[in-house]
Amino acid sequence: MAGLSPSERRLQKELMSLVKEPPPGVSVDPDIAERNLLQGAAGTLYEGERFQLQFKFSNKYPFDSPEVTFVGQNIPIHPHVYSNGHICLSILTDDWSPALSVQSVCLSIMSMLSSCKEKQRPPDNAFYVKTCNKNPKKTKWWYHDDSV
Amino acid sequence: MNVDDDTLYDDSGNETSGDDVDFVIDVDNASNKELHSYDDEYQYEVLSTDDIVQHMVDCIKEVNTVVQIPLTTTRILLNYFNWDKEKLMERFFDGNQDDLFKEAHVINPFKKVNAVKPKISNKLLGTEECDICFMVFPPTQMTGLECGHRFCYQCWNEYLTTKIMEEGVGQTIACAAHNCPILVDDQTAMRLLKDPRVKLKYQHLITNSFVECNRLLRWCPSPDCSFAIKVSYVEAKPVACRCGHVFCFACGENWHDPVRCGLLKKWQKKCDDDSETSNWIAANTKECPKCNATIEKDGGCNHMICKNQNCKADFCWVCLGPWEPHGSSWYNCNRYDEDEAKAARDAQEKSRAALQRYLFYCNRYMNHMQSLRFEHKLYASVKDKMEEMQQHNMSWIEVQFLKKAVDILCQCRQTLMYTYVFAYYLKKNNQSVIFEDNQKDLERATELLSEYLERDITQENLIDIKQKVQDKYRYCDGRRMALLDHVHEGYEKDWWVYSE
Ligand SMILES: [Zn+2]
Ligand SMILES: [Zn+2]
Ligand SMILES: [Zn+2]
Ligand SMILES: [Zn+2]
Ligand SMILES: [Zn+2]
Ligand SMILES: [Zn+2]
Repeated sequence: MAGLSPSERRLQKELMSLVKEPPPGVSVDPDIAERNLLQGAAGTLYEGERFQLQFKFSNKYPFDSPEVTFVGQNIPIHPHVYSNGHICLSILTDDWSPALSVQSVCLSIMSMLSSCKEKQRPPDNAFYVKTCNKNPKKTKWWYHDDSV
Repeated sequence: MNVDDDTLYDDSGNETSGDDVDFVIDVDNASNKELHSYDDEYQYEVLSTDDIVQHMVDCIKEVNTVVQIPLTTTRILLNYFNWDKEKLMERFFDGNQDDLFKEAHVINPFKKVNAVKPKISNKLLGTEECDICFMVFPPTQMTGLECGHRFCYQCWNEYLTTKIMEEGVGQTIACAAHNCPILVDDQTAMRLLKDPRVKLKYQHLITNSFVECNRLLRWCPSPDCSFAIKVSYVEAKPVACRCGHVFCFACGENWHDPVRCGLLKKWQKKCDDDSETSNWIAANTKECPKCNATIEKDGGCNHMICKNQNCKADFCWVCLGPWEPHGSSWYNCNRYDEDEAKAARDAQEKSRAALQRYLFYCNRYMNHMQSLRFEHKLYASVKDKMEEMQQHNMSWIEVQFLKKAVDILCQCRQTLMYTYVFAYYLKKNNQSVIFEDNQKDLERATELLSEYLERDITQENLIDIKQKVQDKYRYCDGRRMALLDHVHEGYEKDWWVYSE
């Protein structure tokens, strides 16, 4: 893998392991490398649903966190997910660590969905979606209670 | 500070062992220390960036002789308590130590650590995988903190550089592992960082937070000055930096005797809020009698409607009374003396009088400030005169009286400037009358000295001039001292009553 930057090299490795042995409920489309499919886990409010996550990486990755949003037709109805696909999850900004990965982000989001008890949008959804920056990393998130 | 000099911090220590890692900074302390005082007993030291680092190390060592934990741990704890040694000692000896270490995000050095086991990727070779770059390294190329999370040197360097350069974090960089709160200590940071520019920035961040958190230290507020002042107790007293700037230790403003920090702050806030005031008073404006918004009369009609959309009051320009009773007597106001109109005009007069009063003090304050800004020009012109005099057979030492005169002139202006802030808030009583007389005397003497220095004095009899200038500046200095002494006496005896 000569000629690759450290960040490209790491992404290449991440992609390979995601394709080879994806964690349960996650599949990756190697053609559009940055899109991951999430499948609602059995026994949760999202059973049977499929969601698409988009990852964008800067050349500072993994020291800089990836920009992660839900895209496509089906945006999960969840108290931490805005209708434009932005996700309120601290590991995506303040609590990001370079030791986290695409896989660990997917798993965090899956567990966030799985533990949801009531399907609803964040209370400030309408206002946020109207006023936010396109890039969710530009939002100064006020993290909602993480237990939801 | 020389960043290439890694001996600032010990390089050889192995930070994962938990052993005491010593700071190696050998500055000859005793010979370096120089106590200053500006105009009375208040003593202070001027510290360079290196002195600050040294002072930080001294603080850590001092606490360490008592608590006996690794120096790094002490630094993180001290920082957690804003460098208040007493508070740290109190918590250390009286509280639950385990909680204390947890709160400050350091490993309890008295406990056997359950460090995370390194991820061995190949049992035979003993190689480890770095969780950041996903590459495999021999153990010697992996490193980490007491928590046991290990990453390769390259990734540590990247990680710290991002934190320092992009996020401006110094004292509180946590381990790179997710959810690990253990803080990176400065020896480790200095050892792992490669770029001298990043090291320098890191040391700035560390010293900056040390100075900013420490009540007994204050950066010199002069732009581009990197000295700090160290005192042994906080008081509103003048301190002089090595760069020449004199400021109040308590609030950081230019030295502002006789007014006190709190009142000066209030004044400055008022000045900021009222910066439009001088435009506001333009001759052709009046204030709406209902909402006090400024009204400009731009036509001949006396029927005014306030432009403030929330007010829209109808009133008469001449009498300021409500418009309605004027009926159809359009251009002729004959209601000037009626009660309602009179009351409206009185209220306006009052608010104008308050404004006039404020402007009176503000103008004088600003004038002296303005003159002080030209002080370097005056020094330059006096320097010319001094050179000329030296050509007229006066020695260098004999002409120093001119520089001294400018020094005193500047001090007088600065004092005068702040007397107007003091006077603005002062309520009238017997002592305030004396104060105002002192102020007038000083103002007059200062202007005389100023005029005299601006004149072309080199053509006259030099000996005569020296005598006159000295008389004038001595008189000024005397008036200034008398004024300050009187105000200080008033502080002691509670003479001063403030309005607002
Ligand atoms: Zn690495
Ligand atoms: Zn750690
Ligand atoms: Zn200075
Ligand atoms: Zn002050
Ligand atoms: Zn009005
Ligand atoms: Zn009228």
